Amino acid sequence: MSTDAILSFEEAMEKYDPVLGFEVHVELNTKTKMFSSAPNVFGDEPNTNVNEVDLGMPGVLPVLNRTAVESSIKIGLALNCKIADYCRFARKNYFYPDTPKNFQTSQYDEPIAYDGYLDIELSDGTVFRVEIERAHMEEDAGKLTHLGGSAGRIQGADYSLVDYNRAGVPLVEIVTKPIEGAGSRAPELAKAYVAAVREIVKNLGVSDAKMERGNVRCDANVSLRPHGRERFGIRSETKNVNSLRAVEHAVRYEIQRHAAVLDSGEPVIQETRHWHEDTRTTTSGRAKSDADDYRYFPEPDLVPVVASREWVEELRATLPEPPAARRKRLQADWGYSDLEFRDVVNAGVMDEIEETIAAGATASVARKWWMGEIVGRAKNADVDPGQLGVEPATIVELSKMVEEGKINNKMATEVLDGVLAGEGTPAEIVEKRGLAVVSDDGPLLEAIDAALAAQPDVADKIRAGKLQAIGAIVGGVMKATRGQADAGRVKELILEKLGVSA
Amino acid sequence: MAAINRDDVAHLARLAHIEMSAEELDRMAGELAVIVDAVKSVSEAAGDDVPATSHPIPLNNVFREDVVGHTFTAEQALSGAPDSDDNRFKVPAILDEA
Repeated sequence: MSTDAILSFEEAMEKYDPVLGFEVHVELNTKTKMFSSAPNVFGDEPNTNVNEVDLGMPGVLPVLNRTAVESSIKIGLALNCKIADYCRFARKNYFYPDTPKNFQTSQYDEPIAYDGYLDIELSDGTVFRVEIERAHMEEDAGKLTHLGGSAGRIQGADYSLVDYNRAGVPLVEIVTKPIEGAGSRAPELAKAYVAAVREIVKNLGVSDAKMERGNVRCDANVSLRPHGRERFGIRSETKNVNSLRAVEHAVRYEIQRHAAVLDSGEPVIQETRHWHEDTRTTTSGRAKSDADDYRYFPEPDLVPVVASREWVEELRATLPEPPAARRKRLQADWGYSDLEFRDVVNAGVMDEIEETIAAGATASVARKWWMGEIVGRAKNADVDPGQLGVEPATIVELSKMVEEGKINNKMATEVLDGVLAGEGTPAEIVEKRGLAVVSDDGPLLEAIDAALAAQPDVADKIRAGKLQAIGAIVGGVMKATRGQADAGRVKELILEKLGVSA
Repeated sequence: MAAINRDDVAHLARLAHIEMSAEELDRMAGELAVIVDAVKSVSEAAGDDVPATSHPIPLNNVFREDVVGHTFTAEQALSGAPDSDDNRFKVPAILDEA
């Protein structure tokens, strides 16, 4: 594999302006396929979810799945698209063993949805509008496994094995208009856009939206032009970039590669690129050529789809609250600042906090636990925060114990660790580990006297009104009581003792 | 006369995966032009009041409910395959057309 020259991202950005475009394929989670009644199920034995329609046998006729059309319309509406009053399917003709028919049934110049947009919020809150050109219905292709030759890659393969279980699975392909003006945010925008599409189709319930299973697949188009030039540069299309992280990396890499090509004075070749997760690079697929002459024509075996206004409005009425609107509502309900809320969203714990609040915690307690304790632990364990195994009820119980003064915050985090280690409920752990706040003032006063005697200069400062110095004394008391004192009460007692009012 | 030259025919033949000899290409170049002209005459017959159509029957929205129907077994699915392996169709490797 030859290694392409690349420029640093910063240098590429100094010299060039990136233009992006995305084609995102969404597999619908209908029970059956787009045009046949064979089941749409992932992971079954090869070639068992097929019938004569999926195998393209002579004389068979496709019949359109009503639910798939409704799901497609819902996706179009969620992407703020217009829904076509009338549209047809078309045959996209090509020879490749992933389709047994030698054509893919798709839509060409009459997509079911068109002219939409999505407002994408970047990590710092900047909102970037991505215009949607179209969303059209089509069918997925079979799955090829290349064998022999070099491992798994088509180059050098001796033969391929084909499983048609996926052939005919309903797809909606969402195509953006060229995205200009993203500048150095382009890689981040790419990731955020695909994440938003995935969130929308998942929220609609029309797709399982698992990228690792190929339910959502992204082809990323990248081109560069010198700053100030209107005309687009020549683009490359990086295929099947199948994780959010990979989308960001692939766009970044292609920007760097294009910049190096342009710097060398060569033209960029318009071609398909393959993304390699292991090296985080792309390699050349094939140049665009007459192989892309698909000779589309209207599908004679299917009749047009006519979406009446009544039908579309009926479907619109079933749409769930859009993810962006939900975020706005939750932020307002919880009273988080923009920054606090953005951190919550970026940490991926919005749903968890919502559940914790529903279980009885206040918004600030829920945020304190998830953001202050659980996110960091999840990061260390290299899992998503939601997968760490913290139940909302645990947080509610912990915060209640703190409020009632049974344990202090430091102990509460210890109890949380115990819960995560599987030692039992918070109450059981408090019992077992002997964690309880010393509430009898006697031992506290002794410890306070000792701490004040040990640091007379600090005691003087506090007497003089420098209240921030109190931390040193509180620290000494906490040390002496092995962390079992209630820091709030200790503070009160120190001030009382020194005759200072807070 | 429609302009269909030998190169056009060779291009179409390649797209359609049809092998054609030099003589066949020459002959088809002439014949296809005549065929295209014949089809063209149909559009002359249709006035502005006749919309283009892809289907002769005035039908819309023929749908199927999303209910699972019949499937083949892998054995049935592969019964007509020239070659198979591991319950899958076995095909020659096709380079760089993915």
